[in-house]
Amino acid sequence: MYELIIAAFMLLSLILYALLGGADFGGGIWDLLACGPRAEKQRKAIAEAISPIWEANHVWLILVIVLLFSAFPPAFAALMTALNIPITLMLIGIVLRGSAFIFRKYDSQGKGVRHHWGTVFGAASFLTPLFQGMILGALTTGRIRGVEGQVTTGFFAGWQTPFALSCGVFALVLFAFLAATYMTLYTRAEPDLQNDFRRRALGCGLTLGPVALAVFLTSKAGAPEMFRGLTQWWAPLLLAGTSLCALTALLALWRRWFALARIAAAGQVMLILTGWGFAQYPYLITPDVTFHNSAAPEATLRLLTYALTAGAVLLLPALMFLFHLFSHPENGGDAQP
Amino acid sequence: MNDLVFARSQMAMSLAFHIVFAALGIGMPVLMCMAEALHLRTGRLVYLDLCKRWARGTAILFAVGAVSGTVLSFELGLLWPGFMKEAGAIIGMPFSLEGFAFFSEAIFLGVYLYGWKRIPPFMHWLSGVVLACSGILSGVFVVTANAWMNAPAGFKRVGEKFTEIDPIAAMVNPASFHEVLHMTLAAFVAAGFAVAGVHAFFLLRDRRSEFHRAALGIALTVACVSAPLQIVSGDLSARSVAKLQPAKLAAMEAHYRTEAGAPLYIGGLPNDDLKTITYALRIPKGLSLLVAHDPTTRVVGLEDFPRADWPNVRIVHWAFDLMVGCGMALLGVSAWTGWRWWQKRPLPEGGWLLRALVLASPLGFVALEAGWVVTEVGRQPWIIQGIMRTAEAVTPMHFIAVPFVAFTVLYFFLAAIVILLLRRQFLDIPDSTT
Repeated sequence: MYELIIAAFMLLSLILYALLGGADFGGGIWDLLACGPRAEKQRKAIAEAISPIWEANHVWLILVIVLLFSAFPPAFAALMTALNIPITLMLIGIVLRGSAFIFRKYDSQGKGVRHHWGTVFGAASFLTPLFQGMILGALTTGRIRGVEGQVTTGFFAGWQTPFALSCGVFALVLFAFLAATYMTLYTRAEPDLQNDFRRRALGCGLTLGPVALAVFLTSKAGAPEMFRGLTQWWAPLLLAGTSLCALTALLALWRRWFALARIAAAGQVMLILTGWGFAQYPYLITPDVTFHNSAAPEATLRLLTYALTAGAVLLLPALMFLFHLFSHPENGGDAQP
Repeated sequence: MNDLVFARSQMAMSLAFHIVFAALGIGMPVLMCMAEALHLRTGRLVYLDLCKRWARGTAILFAVGAVSGTVLSFELGLLWPGFMKEAGAIIGMPFSLEGFAFFSEAIFLGVYLYGWKRIPPFMHWLSGVVLACSGILSGVFVVTANAWMNAPAGFKRVGEKFTEIDPIAAMVNPASFHEVLHMTLAAFVAAGFAVAGVHAFFLLRDRRSEFHRAALGIALTVACVSAPLQIVSGDLSARSVAKLQPAKLAAMEAHYRTEAGAPLYIGGLPNDDLKTITYALRIPKGLSLLVAHDPTTRVVGLEDFPRADWPNVRIVHWAFDLMVGCGMALLGVSAWTGWRWWQKRPLPEGGWLLRALVLASPLGFVALEAGWVVTEVGRQPWIIQGIMRTAEAVTPMHFIAVPFVAFTVLYFFLAAIVILLLRRQFLDIPDSTT
């Protein structure tokens, strides 16, 4: 019972990480790909939008990982062993992304140096989601096997399959889509800039379709359990919901209803990850590790549930306050003294 | 075997790197809040300027601290899956609570750094107070998890299995109180003296700078109050370690022979084979006095433990002496500062005191790092004292040298950049003539 509550919290944290932290990575991708006459303005707007919030958004990932090792310790141990390589690469990406972002901001030297930090920031933002998608995809492939918590399939299983790779690309496009969509709202005072992000959002939104199809098609051979999940009774409902959100987002972007576009895009991501969660159940690492056989003793799970509830009650208002405070650019640009 | 060495090295290097940022993340918000409070009370702009400049430095430190902390939370599993598989359920609780405290830190750091013009001044200061408290709490929770590794509690061991798990009892284990106290004070000592040293350096060039005078006053208040308290807390810690981990204490003091009225050795060259120490300063009955405040007490030596259970005596003993030496030096500087303050003589005019403060600037961090070496190397060969050996916990992964080298290079690079950027934050400070 408690293990499912915590699993639900983990899924929720993962969704919020994708919606918020993912969009910050998307911002980095657009920083790297900034072009046209307003490239510098694009970069500046992205940096302003994510500066105050990226550290808070990043904590969702830490929460997922902490909950994983507290509530499902054998799953954590197996995961960190089997996926040691892509996780290490992802961590290097996370370190470089965060550091380069802050270094660029505070490096008061000439444009050249700042440009280099920008490139590091962008490249790390580009590679990290790719690995994150691959890691998540690898869990589902069924190729990571273990006996009594000891991984027996080595360090290369799962994460290099076509399915995992297409999950990586999917994460990348999804994050870029989210970021561009959010930025259309943030730049509402500057129509030119808003248009730039609108075009990027539309492009990504359209790309998502074929990439999602690739994930689905590769899952048949690459993640049979997932494929079976996606063909159960609830799957058409979920697919309909996701498609509806996706189409609404595209239409809203096209018609410049940017507030609606943001809600629809967020809804789309939420449904995709919820669908993944349902298709994944009961496995944490398909097929040997389940939420039930890897759960910590009930005393731990019960306390964790209390702590999560209390933490949510205390922190959510603070988080809303943060987002409310920085939802729009400050008059006169950068808030830094 | 080599992989174990590299796994330990990678963990040690990651912790040694992160702890600097973690300590500053605890100390700096307190300094910032003090400066901002002084600004709100006196209306003097120099305090506001100071607070904003400290905040900019903190933004850089915090970002690097957050990402290096993330690396650590993964490394627990990447390097020590055998440990986390068993311990996750027992000490996951403090890590989860730390997650929330860190969340609160990240939220209020954002509000504090970027909200200057968006919220009223008092609210801004209040968000700084929440930031400071969350920082302290984060540290407290993480240290209780480390304390559990030194004094495991809150479970029963049946064969290979851990049963009857009680996460609360694990969190308030016998080592928690003294470790938490010692580490929290260490963060204030290290941050306080590091900051004081920087401003003392600039004051030596320009004695009348209002900016650096204000900064020195605040930093020294924190540093000189916590340094003497730290000595008291250190005494408490040593006596707790003597009870909880006698082998660690024996290694700290290079104390081989079990005896009553044990002497205290300072420095020297411990020799495991001969169970002696040469070239050391010997204080008769010193160890017995230290451990029990009684010169006749019998203190257990390393000879009572199987050789396979000894930590590396030289590293632990030297690190311990280094830590205590730094602590004593800082106590001396604190006393000197306090003496000048008592005589109501302005601090910035004491050129020799300023020079001493510059020299003492890194000592807090040296002590902090040395102290963690004592804690961690002193616990070896155990990852969970008396329960699980480090070698049993290590990942089956090979070529750990590769990530070790990668992260070492990355962290050295980041450290160099951070130092460069922090230095630059101070170069454009207005001097007294403007």
